[in-house]
Amino acid sequence: MPKRSDIHTILIIGSGPIVIGQACEFDYSGAQACKALREEGYRVVLVNSNPATIMTDPGMADATYIEPLDVASLERIIAKERPDALLPTVGGQTALNLAVDLHEAGVLERYHVALIGASVEAVRVAEDRQLFKDKMIEIGLQVPRSGTAHTVDEALEVVDLTGFPAIIRPSFTLGGSGGGIAYNMEEFKLIVERGLDASPVTQVLIEESVLGWKEFELEVMRDRADNGVIICSIENIDPMGVHTGDSITVAPAMTLTDREYQQLRDQALAVLRAVGVETGGSNVQFAVSPTDGRIYVIEMNPRVSRSSALASKATGFPIAKIAAKLAVGYTLDELPNDITRETPASFEPTLDYVVVKIPRWTFEKFVQADTTLTTAMKSVGEVMAIGRTFPEAFQKAWRSLEQGRMGWGADGKDQINPERLHERLITPTPERMFYVRYALQSGMSPEQINMFTKIDPWFLEQLEQVVNLEGRLRAFELSTVPADLLRQAKRMGFSDAQLAILLRVTPADVQTLLNETQLRPWSLELAVRARRKALGIIPTFHRVDTCAAEFPAFTPYLYSSYETEDEAEPTTRQKVMILGSGPNRIGQGIEFDYCCVHAVFGLRAMGYETIMVNCNPETVSTDYDTADRLYFEPLTLEDVLNIVDLEKPSGVLVQFGGQTPLKLARALEAAGVPIWGTPPDAIDLAEDRDRFGALLDRLEIPAPAHGSATSWEEALHVATAIGYPLVVRPSYVLGGRAMAIVYDDETLERYMREAVDASPEHPVLIDRFLEDAFEMDVDCIADGNAVEIAGIMEQIELAGVHSGDSACVIPTYMVPPEHEATMRAYTVRLAKELGVIGLMNIQYAMKDGVVYVLEANPRASRTIPFVAKATGVPWAQIAAQCTAGRPLAEWQAQIERGAGQLSAQGAQRYHVKEVVLPWVRFAGVDTLLGPEMRSTGEAMGSGATFGEAFAKAQLGCGHKLPMSGNAFLSVNDRDKASLLPIARGLAELGFKLIATGGTAAYLRSQGLAVTTIFKVNEGRPNTVDYIKNNEVAMIVNTPLGKASFFDEVAIRHAAIVYGIPMLTTLSGAAAAVEAIRSLRDDTWTVLSLQERAG
Amino acid sequence: MDALLVLEDGRVFPGRSFGAVGETLGEVVFHTGMTGYQEILTDPSYCGQLVTMTAPHIGNTGVNDFDPESFKPQVAGLIVRAYSEDYSSWRARGSLAQLLRDHGIVAMTDVDTRALTRHIRTAGAMRGIIGTNGTSREELLAKVRQAPVMQGLDLTRVVSCEQPYSWTHNSAPFTPPATPPAPAEARFHVVAYDFGLKRTILRRLVDHGCRVTVVPGTTPANEALALKPDGIFYSNGPGDPAATVYAFENLFLLLGQKPVFGICLGNQLMGLALGGRTYKLPFGHHGANHPVRHLASGKVEITSQNHGFAVDPDSLPAGTEITHINLNDQTVEGLRNEELGCFSVQYHPEAGPGPHDANYLFAEFVQLMEARR
Repeated sequence: MPKRSDIHTILIIGSGPIVIGQACEFDYSGAQACKALREEGYRVVLVNSNPATIMTDPGMADATYIEPLDVASLERIIAKERPDALLPTVGGQTALNLAVDLHEAGVLERYHVALIGASVEAVRVAEDRQLFKDKMIEIGLQVPRSGTAHTVDEALEVVDLTGFPAIIRPSFTLGGSGGGIAYNMEEFKLIVERGLDASPVTQVLIEESVLGWKEFELEVMRDRADNGVIICSIENIDPMGVHTGDSITVAPAMTLTDREYQQLRDQALAVLRAVGVETGGSNVQFAVSPTDGRIYVIEMNPRVSRSSALASKATGFPIAKIAAKLAVGYTLDELPNDITRETPASFEPTLDYVVVKIPRWTFEKFVQADTTLTTAMKSVGEVMAIGRTFPEAFQKAWRSLEQGRMGWGADGKDQINPERLHERLITPTPERMFYVRYALQSGMSPEQINMFTKIDPWFLEQLEQVVNLEGRLRAFELSTVPADLLRQAKRMGFSDAQLAILLRVTPADVQTLLNETQLRPWSLELAVRARRKALGIIPTFHRVDTCAAEFPAFTPYLYSSYETEDEAEPTTRQKVMILGSGPNRIGQGIEFDYCCVHAVFGLRAMGYETIMVNCNPETVSTDYDTADRLYFEPLTLEDVLNIVDLEKPSGVLVQFGGQTPLKLARALEAAGVPIWGTPPDAIDLAEDRDRFGALLDRLEIPAPAHGSATSWEEALHVATAIGYPLVVRPSYVLGGRAMAIVYDDETLERYMREAVDASPEHPVLIDRFLEDAFEMDVDCIADGNAVEIAGIMEQIELAGVHSGDSACVIPTYMVPPEHEATMRAYTVRLAKELGVIGLMNIQYAMKDGVVYVLEANPRASRTIPFVAKATGVPWAQIAAQCTAGRPLAEWQAQIERGAGQLSAQGAQRYHVKEVVLPWVRFAGVDTLLGPEMRSTGEAMGSGATFGEAFAKAQLGCGHKLPMSGNAFLSVNDRDKASLLPIARGLAELGFKLIATGGTAAYLRSQGLAVTTIFKVNEGRPNTVDYIKNNEVAMIVNTPLGKASFFDEVAIRHAAIVYGIPMLTTLSGAAAAVEAIRSLRDDTWTVLSLQERAG
Repeated sequence: MDALLVLEDGRVFPGRSFGAVGETLGEVVFHTGMTGYQEILTDPSYCGQLVTMTAPHIGNTGVNDFDPESFKPQVAGLIVRAYSEDYSSWRARGSLAQLLRDHGIVAMTDVDTRALTRHIRTAGAMRGIIGTNGTSREELLAKVRQAPVMQGLDLTRVVSCEQPYSWTHNSAPFTPPATPPAPAEARFHVVAYDFGLKRTILRRLVDHGCRVTVVPGTTPANEALALKPDGIFYSNGPGDPAATVYAFENLFLLLGQKPVFGICLGNQLMGLALGGRTYKLPFGHHGANHPVRHLASGKVEITSQNHGFAVDPDSLPAGTEITHINLNDQTVEGLRNEELGCFSVQYHPEAGPGPHDANYLFAEFVQLMEARR
């Protein structure tokens, strides 16, 4: 069937800010869908509130809207763009839910917009657990016994049926959040209450436990002609009970006979047909009993998902792209397989390699959080590794994670508590695999480990082979290890760094093999490398070809192994290698992938061949048609050098992928790799406190007073010299121990004695904390001569909140012109002094008329995508071209236009970036924002006024702004005068004012009607009681210092739990008032990036 | 490394033995299926072939009593990347290596199967020899060059049963979808010619209400007809169809007498019996992911395939219709002659291993028998 000619304009909805359970895989799928549909000649309208996405680049769609993902905003866009169709299946749960909302609000009908790729009915059946189960039973498939409940009493009836342990899953939540496993009645009631609360429809499903059953997922595609294919089977190593997003998974399935696999295949296709997925991709999840093969259908997603992104990368089959084409009427056999070119897309990829995915958690950011892995997803990212065998891929995946591990243990970093072995095997946590290793080493058999973990014995036996090989290696030293054994180790995925430990490499080896007397952190592994290369043990690269080599592959999508024949076929073109940013984590997310992809675009435009190296399957950068060549490899020194040896690039870019490539810069440079852009030494200088401090002194740029200490006594000494308050942090980062703000000796002592393990090698860094300062972020670009300002952002939160957790605005609106001039001057001076070629981000603070430099990072920053969207200038592309020697002057027109957007006078619009925080995932974690970044993602709002932009940014993050009700006000004395206009504004908008004693008295004295309520410690009912009784619509609370600390924590906690907007700065409060007014006036409009560009 | 694979063009692949000790000659082919090694190695169509599995881990699920396609392993040899001696499956009864050793089958692991596959893909299927007994590569090369080539070989007589027998097992508990409810008693009698017949085909025929009498491939047409069948089934099998003269000559006699359904070699023999020609494919089709278009409906079936020869579409006489084509290389995948009441497919609708998309063909056979009763 040819494509549909009755539709012309197609609306695509993105997935909004990155949250746990919904990350950049939807940028990948959305970007693919945009490309696929435009290729077919359709006009594409795109909406997403997340600016750090490739899909929201103006070149990706015909009309791009960075607007909130809600019905009101979408209706305006639909009214304006009049799309014929809406494709809701490439933007995750967010897009699917929004499409249903638009349908229910009558918007789709009103504007004659057809849903393509999924019907409302199919979405309902797939999403409503009861409807889904009924449907499964109707077509003869088995499901766990279960029932739904809307109240705790109903839940108690259901659990009579299912028994314990019982699984509780709330309906319509992301990544199963709010769910859990209950082993007893008390736990059960607790989880049900939380689940009902988390579900937007107050519904939970209570299910018979299939804990410990094997878990499989099938990625399925279906077209209008009812052709169905399985793209990939995925087996979870962690059996049922751990959310698939938190499970280590393997593709293809490893422990099924063909008869059993075909049953899953038949059932998966039957599920799609029954649910009514007419076209597109879906994933179907199964539990399979390890003792009798019984199959339960667990769930399905009628859309592209995280698993389908993984499946696309694992197989080379572009699910989202094909899904988009199927949605407009093509059938699978009409579409070519891009990789083989000759064969059609109507086939099932076959793998002659093994893919392992390991999730990346960041529990160190949420110290109080429970690290037990359950049915609610807690990981923030993932890595994928490809090897010819499971052990090889498994070890590569561990070293891809960048958590300081160079493989699955054997790297000298094991931290095992033998007394907790059984518990650690039984209870799944991120550390479990290391306990499995320890158990194997201690002589526990795979059968025994299987009893504790329920991990399939096949995986355990494979891992036992790794442990056994490790034992054999330990019998040798580097100089004596036989070549055969070394090759075998490499084929099992051991890294050179692991081998350096196992073979006890010494400085003498370094001297012999590398002819170096100086021992650097990477010398030992390089000695192994040298020995291995001398023995001819070098990796071979293989193509991901969808067909196990049955047909030639045209796409250079490569992975390494240790085989006999290399298939990379490097070209003789001028080439540049871009090192990616690895797994998403808090602090290093999609923004850096955006920058890497733009670096590719920029260099490709200059005629270079681009080579991408990355290991994150969720990203656009690891799409095989982003760069000219893709190496899906860990970002370690060893793996990068292997590719450099083969490709011999003219330049390697390390400044776009965040800390990941920067950490390698020195070692790569030392190995003779040509690093383009800012020299690694300058990057180092900026990160080295002493060197950077000296540079600032020399340039006469003020910085907060600082010092360092290795003991409490020293710290006290420094504190006395500098004065409180202080920001303290370790000079190295250990899990969960990071920055804090201390106000007095007592807290400092506690920090020094308990929180950190300071030593002469690892001093604690102590900085004066500039309380109540305003913070600014400046991004600049330099070509080695000229320096240009890319963006100046004013942070809306006060100093002390990590810039990554603070809302910010372009243009600045409270910064005096002379300070802005100072910042510009400092920026240029620093960029020149550091020799920046490419991007640099500087953080400034303004206090008492002085501009201070807090830190400088000579690399692409988290804010670059936002700045690029606000100014309309592709900064990362330009930066990449600078590193290749193209002068900034050639971009002058663009840069000038961008510069116009930065000043309050010249700017056409305001742009606000707001963040989302994952509190709902981590029950019990203190929600106070601080110097440690904890947000997972961001949304952008743009508007003609600051209020409109701020309102949209809040809505874009899913934060609701109240239109009426009680506004609770509590501010410190200094802020009282500034509060007055805000309070007046709120009163004018019809809010009733309530306040604590001092604030109330002041406002009353100014003629406002205010109700006084108690602070938390003053009596009852107090502020928190009001919040809990839903009697507070919004909160304005500026910090009052140490005295009111606990009051504020209590208020903030309640505000987050009850979803009440809380403003902690008067600038933020003023913004909110303007935002509410803007929404109430209903004057806000939607504007596409293309319209803005004119 | 105690095993060597030597190809006739002199290329050598070292590996480690995990089957019987000895030497074995055959045509080297690769199979791209990710599951189903036990079915593959017991499929008589692989007689005379050294089968390379492209899926790296083989042996994971051991071996069981249900999955074999015949009573013993039939491959001349097995070549894998990573044999797994430990297995995990609730159905397993033993390890793959034990099964191979029990039947004297030579097998090797730790082979760069991807390089081997790429070589076969470009150079074509060729003769090879595996030695796991220490024979030198020079000697192995000399031996492989003296071995017979697949073209011109009739291997069906090697694998066919010697005596007729009846088969009554159905597919339960692994019954594919689109299987009719089991009838109380068989409604049709099918005589199945065994040129290397797979058990799953027999199970499917039983699923569809057939009583099956399996007869040796050499059974003359009149003897088969004397059994009063409602239909004749022509099975899969090894070797060069054009060399299997007795079988297509016999089929010529059967056509028009009773409805005939053929699979794989059965399809090639059908083409030959109808007056067409067959030819050798460069490296054949061996896998479980081949897209085939059913021309009448336009629908695509993902099919299980295992053949080295194909029917030449230009050689077919009028009245014989091509019903299915392979979407990867446009080769003939199915034939039908309305007048003679016969049809056949080149691929394996019974799967075992592979997808069940084409299970409907057994129902079509039943309908044909019904119509022509």
